[in-house]
Amino acid sequence: QMWQVGKRQASRAFSLYANIDILRPYFDVEPVQVRARLLESMIPVKMINFPQKIAGELYGPLMLVFTLVAILLHGMKTSDTIIREGTLMGTAIGTCFGYWLGVSSFMYFLAYLCNAQITMVQMLSLLGYGLFGHCITLLVTYNIHFHSLFYIFWLVVGGLSTLRMVAVLVSRTVGHTQRLILCGTLAALHMLFLLYLHFAYHKVVEGILDTLEGPNMPPFQRVARDIPVVSNAVLNTTAKAIALTL
Amino acid sequence: FPGLADVSISQDIPVEGEITVPVGSSSPDEDYSTLDEPVKDTIMRDLKAVGKKFVHVMYPRKSSALLRDWDLWGPLVLCVALALMLQGGSADSKDDGGPQFAEVFVIIWFGAIVITLNSKLLGGTISFFQSLCVLGYCVMPLTVAMLVCRLVLLADVGTISFIIRLIVVGAMFAWSTLASTAFLADSQPPNRKVLVMYPIFLFYFVISWMILTFTPQ
Repeated sequence: QMWQVGKRQASRAFSLYANIDILRPYFDVEPVQVRARLLESMIPVKMINFPQKIAGELYGPLMLVFTLVAILLHGMKTSDTIIREGTLMGTAIGTCFGYWLGVSSFMYFLAYLCNAQITMVQMLSLLGYGLFGHCITLLVTYNIHFHSLFYIFWLVVGGLSTLRMVAVLVSRTVGHTQRLILCGTLAALHMLFLLYLHFAYHKVVEGILDTLEGPNMPPFQRVARDIPVVSNAVLNTTAKAIALTL
Repeated sequence: FPGLADVSISQDIPVEGEITVPVGSSSPDEDYSTLDEPVKDTIMRDLKAVGKKFVHVMYPRKSSALLRDWDLWGPLVLCVALALMLQGGSADSKDDGGPQFAEVFVIIWFGAIVITLNSKLLGGTISFFQSLCVLGYCVMPLTVAMLVCRLVLLADVGTISFIIRLIVVGAMFAWSTLASTAFLADSQPPNRKVLVMYPIFLFYFVISWMILTFTPQ
């Protein structure tokens, strides 16, 4: 009887360790490699005629997602967002991980439809390293609040990392329509995400939120309603910013 | 075996005796005695072990005592204390601002588990609970920082207090990170220490951020 219980426990422990071991090869990196890949993620490749090599590694992307969470928290705090801190961590983690995992899966699905040669781990890795540009942009623009500076960073830094991802994808896809679909969606999602991250936690949004929210709002409802309000706010602030810079 | 040719056993040497091995006075008796000893002794022994680990955190030296006998009492106490002290803060004057108790709890334990998994995946030789133990105990400087912050905030809530709090929290954050790296980095192959240090740095950074931005109602 005890032997059976022990055997069951051992097999459960083994299956847990087996699961960890599945991920082990994806974490087999050296710091030099991580640094090189981080820098490479900002450099669009020129040769799109034969498939580019993508390192299927998960350590860098995972650390970048966590760094993005930390930067988001810092940004939320410096902009004095009204979203209460009870949901701040949840929102930040949910946003970043949701983007990374969700958009990766969606792009992998699209790549499967468009016959692109890319595996799920490579997609996760590519998108994860693309977040490096987001991290830099948000780190700078959450501390220096100039709209024009943000737009420059958005175009240059965001654009560079998007171009790299697009170039790698293009090199692995055949056919013009497929390339267009795949790269168009990725570029749009990536750039829009950066835009959303900047404006969703911006000081100007606070005023609009204040006037629209009632005084007695239960906490979880606040978060759910922030999202549609934010899209209005984004349009307003974008229009105002463009008018100011012009 | 040439030397044994002339060995013979004389008849009067006894070749019989007790086969039963005498019960070792170390383990079975200890088990019985720890069951029978008064509760105060058990508690004092555990408290002394926890206290010794706190001292190890305060003066981080490369010692294996912290790693060998891991226990999670200290981290639990620290986590609960920190979460309780972070209650009652507010981002605004609406209902219940500030990180909830469960939030802080989950962040600390989830973060520690992620760091442990990461260090194991990178090829670390430390076990799961040992790593959790070290990370939990190294939250102690940050708990001290929280206490100091609360006291400073009792005095006044101006810029000077912010600067004081920033310095204190910054110093404690550096101490926490250094203390935990002193224990955890040894278990990694030497060229990967940075890869393990970075998530620890992020983890304590997030906790420090929660402490620094705490404003009482």
